[in-house]
Amino acid sequence: MAMFGSLSERLTSALSSLRTKGKLSPADVDGTVREIRRALLEADVALDVVKDFTGKVRERALGDDVNKALNPAQQVVQIVNEELVAILGGDTAQLQFAKTGPTIIMLAGLQGSGKTTFAGKLAKLLKSQGHTPLLVACDLQRPNAVNQLTVVAGQAGVSIFAPEPGNGVGNAVTVARESVSHAKAKQFDTVIIDTAGRLGVDAELMAEARAVRDTVNPDNVLFVLDAMIGQDAVATAKAFQDGVDFTGVVLSKLDGDARGGAALSVRGLTNRPIIFASTGEGLDDLEPFYPDRMASRILDLGDILTLIEQAQKAFDEEDARKVADKIASDTFTLSDFLDQLQQMRKMGSMKSMLAMLPGAGKMREQLEQFDEKEIDHTEAIIRSMTPAERTNPKLLNGSRRLRIAKGSGMTVTDVNALVNRFEQAAKMMKTVARGGMPNIPGMGPMPGMPRPKSKAQQPKKKGSKSGNPAKRAAENAGIAAGTAATGSGFGLGAGSGAGQPSESDLETMRKLLERGI
Amino acid sequence: MASWSLGKALKSMFAEARDVVDTDWDDLEDSLLTADFGPAVTDSVISSVRAVADRSARIDTDDLRRILGEVLEERLATFDSTLHLSSQPGVPAVVLVVGVNGVGKTTTIGKFAKFITTRGKSVVVGAADTFRAAAVDQLATWAQRGGATIVRPQHDGQDPASVAFQTVESAIASGTDIAIIDTAGRLHTKSGLMDELTKIRRVVEKQAPISEVLLVLDATTGQNGLMQAAAFVESAGVTGLVVTKLDGSARAGFIFAVQEQTGLPIKLVGQGEGIDDLTGFTPHVFVQQLLA
Repeated sequence: MAMFGSLSERLTSALSSLRTKGKLSPADVDGTVREIRRALLEADVALDVVKDFTGKVRERALGDDVNKALNPAQQVVQIVNEELVAILGGDTAQLQFAKTGPTIIMLAGLQGSGKTTFAGKLAKLLKSQGHTPLLVACDLQRPNAVNQLTVVAGQAGVSIFAPEPGNGVGNAVTVARESVSHAKAKQFDTVIIDTAGRLGVDAELMAEARAVRDTVNPDNVLFVLDAMIGQDAVATAKAFQDGVDFTGVVLSKLDGDARGGAALSVRGLTNRPIIFASTGEGLDDLEPFYPDRMASRILDLGDILTLIEQAQKAFDEEDARKVADKIASDTFTLSDFLDQLQQMRKMGSMKSMLAMLPGAGKMREQLEQFDEKEIDHTEAIIRSMTPAERTNPKLLNGSRRLRIAKGSGMTVTDVNALVNRFEQAAKMMKTVARGGMPNIPGMGPMPGMPRPKSKAQQPKKKGSKSGNPAKRAAENAGIAAGTAATGSGFGLGAGSGAGQPSESDLETMRKLLERGI
Repeated sequence: MASWSLGKALKSMFAEARDVVDTDWDDLEDSLLTADFGPAVTDSVISSVRAVADRSARIDTDDLRRILGEVLEERLATFDSTLHLSSQPGVPAVVLVVGVNGVGKTTTIGKFAKFITTRGKSVVVGAADTFRAAAVDQLATWAQRGGATIVRPQHDGQDPASVAFQTVESAIASGTDIAIIDTAGRLHTKSGLMDELTKIRRVVEKQAPISEVLLVLDATTGQNGLMQAAAFVESAGVTGLVVTKLDGSARAGFIFAVQEQTGLPIKLVGQGEGIDDLTGFTPHVFVQQLLA
């Protein structure tokens, strides 16, 4: 995937201009939609489907349907994902089994799409479910296709019906008709008919496939489609729908790195369910098709989606509003801060969360140096304070600080640093809150953690405070004496951070931590 | 369904010559995207066409079509599509055929053997696809049709590299001009299988230099073709491309991107299941078909 870069990355950069805004403007949406369009085209989704899709996304992104827990980029991603899953179909589709007599399954598709291999896999799967499948060799065109199916049948341990030698000899329609009576006579309950590969444009062969279909009247006609197919999926799928009117789709070669946009195209154009995903050359490499997995594969959004889920779970809008009110009314205390730290914990470890951010790969080294324990330490210090101290840090004189340091296993310097930072941060947050930030609930550090984009609001405000770098240096010096300090992990990003998204993300993180702790 | 083609998609634009309007550019973009050119190449083709078009004060749709053809042809013509198959006395020219599953490697080899034998050279094919069921038989049928001899594996599941070795050995012993080695289809993401190709190369090169490594690409493939090409170039040292299934409705626009990214020429084009449906690659003919 290296060639294209994931959509997550693209959206991140497309939306970097949104940092100072809380809501999506039509221009922002258009820019984002362009990126999505490109990503879908690179994933080989058919152009018509892409146009339709981006139209819907645009409409929804501009609507009032806005989730406050998410920043604009995440909102768009969520809309995109929901629309993708909607097209791909919510539930996993099933094969249709006949009420009486053998269930007949006919396979059709282009040359080399993987029909014969799939026939073997399906036979093996059905056998393991207690069925008695019969493989029927109706590919009489390709040299030695009959042999191949015979070998596959042997591997799967199922019976085969192959009265004709193939290689151009024999009539597929006759073989198909005889196979059904053979199955009835020999008590096979499923018949899997492997047909010759054919191009959508080959009228003669398509007529043959239709003749096979009309003769045996199958319960399922499965269209086997190579996941690597490009825009031609449209023409091919339509040709096969007109030709044999398939009832379901099998997506093959999904073990490769194709995005599989064809899945979206076929669903969007024919509205037939995708039933199986074929994922390897072994006969056991067959899975039911999961629409949600495919959705994230097509757009490579997996990481961002996990993050959104976690953010939504942990984010309690009410709580955030309370915090914002407290900040505004100057009652934000260390115990509120402790609550927030705990809420943040609900989202999982900081490290794993950071690693999920787009572009985080580059900061892996810095991540390694980030000490998860710093949060533990902060928590320990606050917990060693009395409720009165937490509410009113001004009470903290020298002896109280010494007691807290001892109680939390930290040094007085650490306690001092924490109190200083808290006071400065509280003051700053107050200013910000009173200044009427567009998205006050977002001020709570918790939901902010995974989304540096919206948090980038702070650096702007903070930048206006000239004492900032000095403060940072002082802290680092002070903290260096004791434990692994806040600055040590993230300080790396601070030096040369300008411009690079990963480092600016890091910078934002750092400020956030600093501000809070 | 009638065959789709870039030309048909462009027909409304080009039906009769008239001045080019803005929507024509959008239509042109859509047509290129639908032909699997991919967004990046589409953008660059369109800007090339625009650059040429801007030189004229006024252009009509016929001009646009002509310019498009020239731009595309020019892009393809920068690569040398000559096949290098000259053998030394006693040393055959070895051709390795690689690609993902189901692109038409075996069929291509059959046609390629015929292509060569009709030009008066002798061919031996090596069935180094020892993995897929009945692949050896399939190749044998094609070899027979193409007038080539075949070297089969001595037992099921034999190491493909050893079959390749025996093929070249047999070609040297019998004084055959050209040895073509069929390999099992493999997805380019399976590093173990890709390493196997490197091994086949290494083993063959002990006896004779490898003249060509042909990567077979299916015309219906979309943008994944780029990933395939990059991986095979790395593991197998591909020297040329073969595009198959061009008789279908797919236009294989992705090969423009593949060519530009890998610098590899297209050397052969497959257009059907008949033994003679393989031709050398000419940019002009290819573009004419694309725009037909």
